[in-house]
Amino acid sequence: MTVQELTGAAAYRPTPPPAWKPLTDPAPLLPDPEPYRVLGTDAAAAVDPDLLLRLYAELVRGRRYNAQATALTKQGRLAVYPSSTGQEACEVAAALVLEERDWLFPSYRDTLAAVARGLDPVEALTLLRGDRHTGYDPREHRIAPLCTPLATQLPHAVGLAHAARLKGDDVVALAMVGDGGTSEGDFHEALNFAAVWRAPVVFLVQNNGFAISVPLAKQTAAPSLAHKAVGYGMPGRLVDGNDAAAMHQVLGEAVARARSGGGPTLVEAVTYRMDAHTNADDATRYRGDSDVEAWRAHDPILLLERELTGRGLLDEEAVGTVREAAERMAADLREQMNADPPLDPMDLFSHVFEERTGQLLEQEARLRDELEAGQGPHEGEAEEAR
Amino acid sequence: MTTTAAATAGGRTGRAAQTTMAQALGRALRDAMAEDPAVHVLGEDVGTLGGVFRVTDGLAKEFGDDRCTDTPLAEAGILGAAVGMAMYGLRPVVEMQFDAFAYPAFEQLVSHVAKMRNRTGGAMPLPITVRIPYGGGIGGVEHHSDSSEAYYMATPGLHVVAPSTVEDAYGLLRASIASDDPVVFLEPKRLYWAKASWSPDAPSVVEPIGRAVVRRSGRSATLITYGPSVPVCLEAAEAATAEGWDLEVIDLRSLVPFDDETVAASVRRTGRAVVVHESSGFGGPGGEIAARVTERCFHHLEAPVLRVAGFDIPYPPPMQERHHLPGVDRVLDAVARLQWEAES
Repeated sequence: MTVQELTGAAAYRPTPPPAWKPLTDPAPLLPDPEPYRVLGTDAAAAVDPDLLLRLYAELVRGRRYNAQATALTKQGRLAVYPSSTGQEACEVAAALVLEERDWLFPSYRDTLAAVARGLDPVEALTLLRGDRHTGYDPREHRIAPLCTPLATQLPHAVGLAHAARLKGDDVVALAMVGDGGTSEGDFHEALNFAAVWRAPVVFLVQNNGFAISVPLAKQTAAPSLAHKAVGYGMPGRLVDGNDAAAMHQVLGEAVARARSGGGPTLVEAVTYRMDAHTNADDATRYRGDSDVEAWRAHDPILLLERELTGRGLLDEEAVGTVREAAERMAADLREQMNADPPLDPMDLFSHVFEERTGQLLEQEARLRDELEAGQGPHEGEAEEAR
Repeated sequence: MTTTAAATAGGRTGRAAQTTMAQALGRALRDAMAEDPAVHVLGEDVGTLGGVFRVTDGLAKEFGDDRCTDTPLAEAGILGAAVGMAMYGLRPVVEMQFDAFAYPAFEQLVSHVAKMRNRTGGAMPLPITVRIPYGGGIGGVEHHSDSSEAYYMATPGLHVVAPSTVEDAYGLLRASIASDDPVVFLEPKRLYWAKASWSPDAPSVVEPIGRAVVRRSGRSATLITYGPSVPVCLEAAEAATAEGWDLEVIDLRSLVPFDDETVAASVRRTGRAVVVHESSGFGGPGGEIAARVTERCFHHLEAPVLRVAGFDIPYPPPMQERHHLPGVDRVLDAVARLQWEAES
């Protein structure tokens, strides 16, 4: 039977499917065509000088923290360190836009954000020192454990923000991920859940150019990572990730939007990883010095310093004070990291389950016997191996 | 079966209702939600539809969409969100629609759910229950009949539970939800519609998970099993009486923690053991169980511990599954191979 026979030739008109209408208007969700900037633009004059000075102090401290942590890997005091040198504006802004009650969900590269939030650097670096997986109580600081499997912390942020909203708490979760992480399935699922649930979450993608060695062009064909937001029905914001004032403003707006019930936002910060992926990586195998040099001229501290000096807000004395504070932090970190952390092998069985199973009790007894008999690797041997 | 408990329930209420395992599971969810506002159910089709097996029927109506939530179709997202909810103090119960559909959530389960207590030095345990309808025997087309327990029991930090009776379905699910440890709760699909005289209104013993139970006492040999294979073993034990074998049947109920005591005590008495499960044999739970029994009971054993398991093949098409699933005959064949000639 033909369509004509079914409907009568004269009556037949092509019609749209019965119930179709767009769920969301995409236009207001689209990111700016270029990364949003404040420093060096007219918008800079409107920024509170105290905020700029605070950001400056945190950036300088953050840069020093990155340098010190990298040095600690060379001294064998940290097993590994993924540096955020060059990305300090993202790290610091992410921490400063949050209230005490809010939650931060860092990836392994985001220890600086945790430190900028007030966490003791030693506690932030405990995972990378290797004596324990997490050096702090996440609930006490409202900082989730540093997440190593890529993008898997994003659904956690969504669930936590959703739970808070169900309980009537105006808590916001800010989750951090890199450009490589946006290719993971969990990135997609987290953003979709957040948008459907209108969860109070801010997703901060630090697009630092590389996923270890793989450049962004091999990671995505999207116009920008911020554009991905539109597909989920949430706004995408494209920001200059080295512009601390712009980062603070855009993340602040996203947090306010989430807190007021407006739902999630995806923020893409365009930045650059000045160091290799970690101390164990060799960046010369996949990028040239000229790329790095180009970004050195767009350094987050430099941009802020220019703005502050131009407005007469920063003199040599003030710079000296900020640097001294950063040096004190570094010296303190160095000193604390030079002490061997206390290790108790029996801790291995402490937190597998609430109560040790019969199997774990047996294995615990075996390890205790081994230790008492002086068998197996003990602390002395571990020291020599180091 | 739960004869003792059913008789008790019947005695109290006059006549206990016939209840299916699916209904008992639903009742457990309902009671847990009523008792503790932190308990949230989330999954695919769990709300309006009541779940594809109707286990969550009525929960959204009674507790609202925020307590029983239809999520987007994304298992890693569901479990990942549950992690965050648990971090904030809720007690999520996640439904994975089918065994094989739980695999996308594997990374969340292994890297986060199983490890969070340990990663945080005990500061942030995750009281999450992951309900997974599992196993075959219901004529499901491919990807609807997997027995995936070996993956979960090989992951330190997870409890792995599988009920075989209506009463245990209720009790073990309540215990799992109440546990501060994450539990993978495997629901034998082909027992969903099994009925028992059990009334949810009668007092039900909620035992802590981790204890096996002797379903049938016997002297000749021990059948060690769990979940959907328990009724098979009980039937085999009845049939075995014709051969003069008096078989003991142990329902493990939980694979993690594993109740070495109950199992070893039985095998030391009987001197012979067969492990029975649907999951493939190679790398399956039976190998671990047989090793544990041998390590503990070697001098009491009259024969090697045998395994009756699913073949080492991808789960077959439904018209072939009866050849794959361990049935009564295959169990009896194994019992016959327990070197009885040494006795005579």
